[in-house]
Amino acid sequence: MLGRTLREVSVALKRGQVTPTELCQKCLALIKKTKFLNAYITVSEEAALKQAEASEKRYKKGQSLGDLDGIPVAVKDNFSTTGIETTCASNMLKGYVPPYNATVVQKLLDQGALLMGKTNLDEFAMGSGSTDGVFGPVKNPWSYSKQYREKRKQKPRDENDSDWLITGGSSGGSAAAVSAFTCFAALGSDTGGSTRNPAAHCGLIGFKPSYGLVSRHGLIPLVNSMDVPGILTRCVDDTAIVLGVLAGHDPKDSTTVQGPVNSFLLPSLTDVSKLCIGIPKEYLVPELSPEVRSLWSKAADLFDSEGAKVKEVSLPHTCYSIVCYHVLCTSEVASNMARFDGLEYGHRCDIDISTEAMYATTRREGFNDVVRGRILSGNFFLLKENYEDYFIKAQKVRRLIANDFVNVFNSGVDVLLTPTTLREAVPYLEFIQEDNRTRSAQDDIFTQAVNMAGLPAVNIPVALSRQGLPIGLQFIGPAFCDQQLLTVAKWFEQQVQFPVIQLEELMDDCSSVLANEKLASVSLKQQ
Amino acid sequence: MAVPTLRCGFSGSRWTFALVDRGCRHRTVATFNWIRGQSSVAQQPLHTAQKPRKGAQEWAAVVGLEIHAQISSNSKLFSGAEVRFAAPPNSLVSFFDASLPGTLPVLNRRCVEAAVMTGLALNCHINQKSLFDRKHYFYADLPAGYQITQQRLPIAVNGNLAYSICVGKQQREITKTVRVKQIQLEQDSGKSLHDDLRSQTLVDLNRAGVGLLEVVLEPDLSCGEEAATVVRELQLILQALGTSQANMAEGQLRVDANVSVHHPGEPLGVRTEVKNLNSIRFLAKAIDYEIQRQISELENGGEILNETRSFDYKLGCTVPMRDKEGKQDYRFMPEPNLPPLLLYDSTSLPAGADPQQVIDIDRIRETLPELPSETRARLVQQYGMLPEHSFTLLNEVGLLEFFQNVIKETRAEPKKVVSWVLNTFLGYLKQQNLAVSESPVPPSALAELLDLLHTRAISSAAAKQVFEELWKSPGKPPAQIVSEKQLGLLQDREALEELCRATLDGHPQVVGAGRRGPRCCGHRRPVPSAVPSLPLPALYYRTQGSYNYFSCRRDSTPSEP
Repeated sequence: MLGRTLREVSVALKRGQVTPTELCQKCLALIKKTKFLNAYITVSEEAALKQAEASEKRYKKGQSLGDLDGIPVAVKDNFSTTGIETTCASNMLKGYVPPYNATVVQKLLDQGALLMGKTNLDEFAMGSGSTDGVFGPVKNPWSYSKQYREKRKQKPRDENDSDWLITGGSSGGSAAAVSAFTCFAALGSDTGGSTRNPAAHCGLIGFKPSYGLVSRHGLIPLVNSMDVPGILTRCVDDTAIVLGVLAGHDPKDSTTVQGPVNSFLLPSLTDVSKLCIGIPKEYLVPELSPEVRSLWSKAADLFDSEGAKVKEVSLPHTCYSIVCYHVLCTSEVASNMARFDGLEYGHRCDIDISTEAMYATTRREGFNDVVRGRILSGNFFLLKENYEDYFIKAQKVRRLIANDFVNVFNSGVDVLLTPTTLREAVPYLEFIQEDNRTRSAQDDIFTQAVNMAGLPAVNIPVALSRQGLPIGLQFIGPAFCDQQLLTVAKWFEQQVQFPVIQLEELMDDCSSVLANEKLASVSLKQQ
Repeated sequence: MAVPTLRCGFSGSRWTFALVDRGCRHRTVATFNWIRGQSSVAQQPLHTAQKPRKGAQEWAAVVGLEIHAQISSNSKLFSGAEVRFAAPPNSLVSFFDASLPGTLPVLNRRCVEAAVMTGLALNCHINQKSLFDRKHYFYADLPAGYQITQQRLPIAVNGNLAYSICVGKQQREITKTVRVKQIQLEQDSGKSLHDDLRSQTLVDLNRAGVGLLEVVLEPDLSCGEEAATVVRELQLILQALGTSQANMAEGQLRVDANVSVHHPGEPLGVRTEVKNLNSIRFLAKAIDYEIQRQISELENGGEILNETRSFDYKLGCTVPMRDKEGKQDYRFMPEPNLPPLLLYDSTSLPAGADPQQVIDIDRIRETLPELPSETRARLVQQYGMLPEHSFTLLNEVGLLEFFQNVIKETRAEPKKVVSWVLNTFLGYLKQQNLAVSESPVPPSALAELLDLLHTRAISSAAAKQVFEELWKSPGKPPAQIVSEKQLGLLQDREALEELCRATLDGHPQVVGAGRRGPRCCGHRRPVPSAVPSLPLPALYYRTQGSYNYFSCRRDSTPSEP
């Protein structure tokens, strides 16, 4: 049952094949079982069971709230949750229990979803590996998959666990949680690729909605002008279901668009011949791994062979994206992090010689090097003497980058097809050879321009690499054409038939969890 | 792009806050529009701050003001927390005000309307697109570490404010204008209370996030009196608009002054910023002190530092502010959580726009109330009062309303009402240091009294006596006082004649003396015939076919037969 998609399990719940409580308990058991993945920072077991109980009552009365009623979900630990610690994987917010729910969390709960817990991330979502949080790195479930182990001829995990892979980030905890079947959907956040990147490394759908479509209220900000809540699921339809719940104007977020939200239910495309797929030439970079490059090209061929128009397009300012992002991101970070002074909430040091000394020590103790480094750079860029040279210029470049996309879409392109990441997930030990900034700059290369332009984009897992690891491709659509984008993505998903992660080894002694299921293993994919 | 969201958290009423009346503090500043030479520079308010000594060069002072007016609104600028003065500490704090991570600002429509209204009243150009910025600094009562303000593109620019001051020995009224550079919407900070004894700082966030209008004036002023007059005029405008209660004692109006001196024709001098000006009187004093200080400093070969100074009202001088010594770089940045604020006028209003979601400048213009200058002109025109009387009526909190209520209910001549309200009534208030609202005499009582006077039921002198009684025993109708104290004039001619005859009969010697030749009795009134000066129970004379009676009962011995 846990291996099914959200849509399938929703049907099973409605038919009474499984109860919300059973589902919840199974997920909780699996969360415990997979604790070593470090996907969750907080498991809200008690609350989830209560929610399951309430959901069960509704089902018994035939008053289900909808597709999400009774569905276990997880939320990245940078979304505020009433009564549940929200840490951003930082010492600064250890022990901080928000008194309110983020709008997206509230919407999930209002639909009857069961909140299993809060997932791990890079501190304040600053990173691309989910390795830089105060609670330690997240391990990629694919490290323990049959597919990967067979290729690597690995010894069992217990004997040698040093070669585990990163999930990507910063929403790595959410990706691992969905990938390891501990929930059916998870919220991530996406500022420069933080949802799509781990989705690519964990073989999931990772969707970044248009900026302004989904409320950021309650999402602890990284870069306000680029942040969006992201959705991680195991199939495109599931993403559309969750998006349908989350999308829409929020009076608490003035940057959400007004007006009615259309349904996000996706038609099944049978004919792509009217589609025009753009292949941005600037995305063909030397660092791109040959395997990803080849899959990208195959994907383009697939569209071509099905009658779609596939054309090379140019996004000429792409190469400035990383530097531009760095200036804008750190500037907003410097500003957003100013509130963490130890006075109203969060960590406070013991120093009380003066207010200034208290601030300084609190912030030194509370933030890691990555956060402090970005604050320092950001404040530098915002200084009066530097503002014109850095911030203003970066804003102009951002406009150029956004215009690149507008021009391409105005030229008749419906959807852009690009890689999501340079390569498949790397082992942790390899990943940490480079510092966070270098990694972020490398790993965000294909994802981050989208955030600058506020466009919807989605990672679709395509195939396994020679190593047996997922490789994803990214589709980018015009602003607020989220449904159209997902429709194309769904068609593509059906064509590629990405294999399901096989976690039998991991689940070996998990038979009690799965004993009562008709499905022999979680690897079974329901098609 | 996203359309700015506006919260509709205002009520139609302007004066919804039940505030303890602090009118008496207003009183201290009330006479400032018509200052009679109190200021050291009042004689030459045009450009010279000080009469030059022989051989010395003239000095000119340049004064610019930044005025923060707290917007009168039910909720804060970006949050739904209530705005109320003197509430228990930290009882009016939303999650946003406490800067809980993840919270976002949502603009209060009422505050935007207040800014537009104020901008229009100050003849500003209203920007149909304005932007919000973050201004960063670390302070305990600024929870987010930045203030949301409008640095780049404020909501209103390029206005002006006319004010009148009296100059010269004749107190000639002249009207001047100060340019309004801009009006910007911004957040107020919280309050820090420093407990030096325990070396603790206590923070109250009730005020954090309250909407402010920052009104920036060009440095067109030249002395404390001008500054005080301008601030008072602005205060009256804000109060008339209802956009701010503008009570300085409650911090709803805060003024910072930029002061410099130079020799006319030479470049402007280095300026200092004077803060902590919590009354109009201190504002004038502080500016004049600062001008004098700078002049003496320069004349003694010193130099002026670009610094922030605080006015010490106990010592009557300005002193450097220690905690403002470090040079601040506010690291301004666009506020990313608020889209540009778009306003419309009748030409740009999109068809079918939801009136709840858009602000129409022209509609606000139509609802502008009468402004103080217009009120004064109307008073002068309608009631024939002197301009200075119109100033006094407006300057005293509640006095105009009182006056208008009296006018409404009495048949007495407006000039009479003006005289009674401004001389007698205001005199009593001043003497007892009371606000108009604290007056024991309601407008209706004064109106009734003036009616009695008007119908000549009592004499002017008796009216004064009745007024005193009214003041002492509030609630008693004037007519009752008149009858109790027998202050009424005799209306019965026969009775009066009889009384006169009895008097004449009772004093044959005096009458005899009178008959021998007329003698001045010392009374200013026309005397119809030679009447003895003592005793003088009643006199009458005839004008225009009717009798007018004056009581001649002496004030000091009211019960004398």
